[in-house]
Amino acid sequence: MPADKTPNGNPETGAFFQRDRLWHPPAFTPTYKTSVLRSPQKALLSLDNTISEITGPVFGHDMLGELDNDLIHNFAKPGESAIGERIIVYGRVLDERGKGVPGALLEFWQANAGGRYRHKKEGYIAALDPNFGGCGRTIADEDGNYAFRTIKPGPYPWPNGVNDWRPAHIHFSVFGHGFAQRLITQMYFEGDPLIWLCPIVRTIPDRAAIETLIAALDMQATIPMDARAYKFDIVLRGRRSSLFENRLEGN
Amino acid sequence: MVQSLNRLKESPSQTAGPYVHIGLTPNFCGIPGVFEEDLGARMVNDKTKGERITVRTRVFDGTGTPLKDALIEIWQADSDGLYNSPSELRGQADPNFTGWGRKPTDMVSGECVFETIKPGRAPFKDGRMMAPHISFWIVARGINLGLQTRMYFSDEEAANAEDPVLARIEHRLRVPTLIAEHKGGGVYEFDIHLQGDRETVFFDI
Ligand SMILES: [Fe+3]
Repeated sequence: MPADKTPNGNPETGAFFQRDRLWHPPAFTPTYKTSVLRSPQKALLSLDNTISEITGPVFGHDMLGELDNDLIHNFAKPGESAIGERIIVYGRVLDERGKGVPGALLEFWQANAGGRYRHKKEGYIAALDPNFGGCGRTIADEDGNYAFRTIKPGPYPWPNGVNDWRPAHIHFSVFGHGFAQRLITQMYFEGDPLIWLCPIVRTIPDRAAIETLIAALDMQATIPMDARAYKFDIVLRGRRSSLFENRLEGN
Repeated sequence: MVQSLNRLKESPSQTAGPYVHIGLTPNFCGIPGVFEEDLGARMVNDKTKGERITVRTRVFDGTGTPLKDALIEIWQADSDGLYNSPSELRGQADPNFTGWGRKPTDMVSGECVFETIKPGRAPFKDGRMMAPHISFWIVARGINLGLQTRMYFSDEEAANAEDPVLARIEHRLRVPTLIAEHKGGGVYEFDIHLQGDRETVFFDI
């Protein structure tokens, strides 16, 4: 897949917009206890992007297996499928300029319908689903569109406060065109009352920012008698046009 | 009122959580068969040009305990200083070198090992050459927004001394936090400290 293109068809090479660090969660969020000892305390070194951050690897559609974007079947025995509410998650990867990000790599992971992860460090008593692995991936098309099929994950308790529960969520890792665009986030589901109680959700200071992580139920995209659809758009950092920037030799 | 700039806001980050490996390195964490191999596991092949090196890294929390549930991605130039990316307009990078690697920290030792090559030098924005370096991105449970930093090489003293990024570090005592120690035989050790006196210089870049 190509990089961002300028109007004359060349790859874009501009630096990415400065990250709005007041929109993202701060590093130190004591109500999410694990952050206390894992949060840098010194000021970050702020630098305009160099070629080391502007560039990034390309992921081709040929690396994808047929079931990579189907979590209902990609771990299931032949003829069987994962247990749970069948859903489609779809949306678009955009940048802050509103341009689609073609070729963005999306990787996702989640708990099963009972809220249990397939992981040796997972201790929740909910049952494992023998037909559910919990991982999938896809690559956005030329307009930035993506879609995958899965089951709706269950909420689960986690050791933070004595009675903290994660809302139903899907973890997303997104790789755009530059290493500086790298992002991991989580998708939540419209109408889940646990969203507003969750210490991890609430590391994000601005309610409007949280709302951008809540996928909307889309009955128009729902497949009758099969799967409901949720729409989840993801926005990566935009990049400057390098049209009028002074470029020195070797750059 | 004025016209709207119609800018969107970047999706806010959320922690990668304790089970990031399910999504990004499923074969490593006991979910075989979904993907053939974990993405980013191999950076070099037999034909890759350049000096083979091993980068051993650990990430320490504020008590000095290594993280055993982190995931690290690295991105670097090839041996000629070219990036394997469409946005690299200076030339064609080595097609046998991806430049990108992804590894989980070991669940027992906390160590993370990359087999790669030593990168060449690439230019800073003003054309001055940067010293050879590898860009790092670190995510884990308890890290709310992926941490960005760079690794430089202890045996590149002259290049490091003129590196425009290292030159920007006001507190010179902190410069060594970005420099991996050459242990001989092409093995470099890079310790990342999230907090404390030796806190690594992290970048807003
Ligand atoms: Fe989770």
